[in-house]
Amino acid sequence: MNYRWNWGIFWQVSPDGAHTYFQLLMYGTWWTLCTAFFAWIIALTFGSLVGVARTTPNKWLSGFGNAYVELFRNIPLLVQMFLWYFVMPELVPDSVGTWLKQLPNSSFYTGVVALGLYSSARVAEQVRAGINSLPRGQRAAGLAMGLTLPQTYRYVLLPNAYRIMLPPLTSEFINTIKNSSVVLTIGLMELTARAREMSEYSFQTFEAFTAATIIYIVINIIVTEGMRRLERGLAIPGYLGGRIKKPSLLQRMRLRGVQ
Amino acid sequence: MIEMDNVSKWYGPVQVLKNCTLNVSKGEVVVVCGPSGSGKSTLIKTVNALEPFQQGQITVAGISVKDKKTDLAKLRARIGMVFQHFELFPHLSVKRNLTIAQIKVLGRSEDEAMKKGLALLDRVGLSAHANKYPGELSGGQQQRVAIARALAMDPIAMLFDEPTSALDPEMIKEVLDVMVALASEGMTMMVVTHEMGFAREVAKRVVFMDRGEIVEDAQTVDFFGKPRSERAQTFLSKILAH
Repeated sequence: MNYRWNWGIFWQVSPDGAHTYFQLLMYGTWWTLCTAFFAWIIALTFGSLVGVARTTPNKWLSGFGNAYVELFRNIPLLVQMFLWYFVMPELVPDSVGTWLKQLPNSSFYTGVVALGLYSSARVAEQVRAGINSLPRGQRAAGLAMGLTLPQTYRYVLLPNAYRIMLPPLTSEFINTIKNSSVVLTIGLMELTARAREMSEYSFQTFEAFTAATIIYIVINIIVTEGMRRLERGLAIPGYLGGRIKKPSLLQRMRLRGVQ
Repeated sequence: MIEMDNVSKWYGPVQVLKNCTLNVSKGEVVVVCGPSGSGKSTLIKTVNALEPFQQGQITVAGISVKDKKTDLAKLRARIGMVFQHFELFPHLSVKRNLTIAQIKVLGRSEDEAMKKGLALLDRVGLSAHANKYPGELSGGQQQRVAIARALAMDPIAMLFDEPTSALDPEMIKEVLDVMVALASEGMTMMVVTHEMGFAREVAKRVVFMDRGEIVEDAQTVDFFGKPRSERAQTFLSKILAH
């Protein structure tokens, strides 16, 4: 292979004349983080609402929830991105369509909405599974105490379901971060787009994508570790892997009869 | 207090309750027994509308369970229920289990609810465990907390759905002791159970169910002495054989 490595490339000024490649990658990282973060908020909010709706005894609500999930889960993310960005503005009244197209950062907003809704269908599926995995008697117990159905969800079902769901939600959050790279197809200069741009301008393809790879891995490891801490913090003693508090060294010594 | 009149229920084409009629008066303890799959648990769950039913009427303290105008949450708050698998809320400490419904449903203050909850916890002999989580207690202890949790709502009647079926033999007594004490204080109780000793000692009447039907509804002495139906005789001979 005849490749000339040049790790110093990051500190060279890019053809825009103002920023180094490193700076451009950092801008890209910033947009990746913003896109993933806001999309995740949409995913968590809508996913929770729709997931809960699917577990209620109301046929209309659960039917709506099922339709929602099937719609957003079964169309490829890339197609959804194009539908929101290219097709939607043509379907709405002209004035609204024009406003949408001229909106500054319109690819960012569109990307957040498309990625958020796509991920929300997957979160909804996990919320439903989490609630359904609880013993059936929990809902009955809440209702039998006189709690209303919404109160039963709020105080009994959801606090337990979210604890069960934390590990799969972590994966989903990471998926959202990785999927945010698809937003480059509608023109958002996020991390992958910046890496590609750097590769095209400088021909230092390996360096560019090595940097992008490392940045993605670092972001996702930080997220994983954060979620793991959250999991540990919320663990219930004696339940769901929550550990019963270990006796302290002093207590153990007393138990063994050490004076 | 609890009046069930010709209650029938179907799961699809399968009829699980057939014209069940049963009254429990104030202060009475009625035991419901029968082979598994006979509809005992389904029957007791229709009383507080956890199980809907298609035909018949049920009233509790004169309030219809089926009437669309009935505030079900309000009615359920007045009927205590104890489940086979305890169903304590695993993410809440014992203390919070005892107070949450008092606060959220009855609107009691935190202090008032806590006072009441701790007094009841003391009554079931578990004061020392107030700050633990349900997962840290034995089955018998969990069920006693569950009884205290139901009592904290000042119920007008208590429903027990096989309260000792999921317990190890040595823990059954501690739960039954609490129930006996409760009965002696005049609590209205409907109890689905296989504990015939408890039935004999505490129940005023025993109701025997088979295949969704109430086959026999007799005074306790009569039920154990001379059961009228053949099915009840067979059932009794089987479970009293040892």
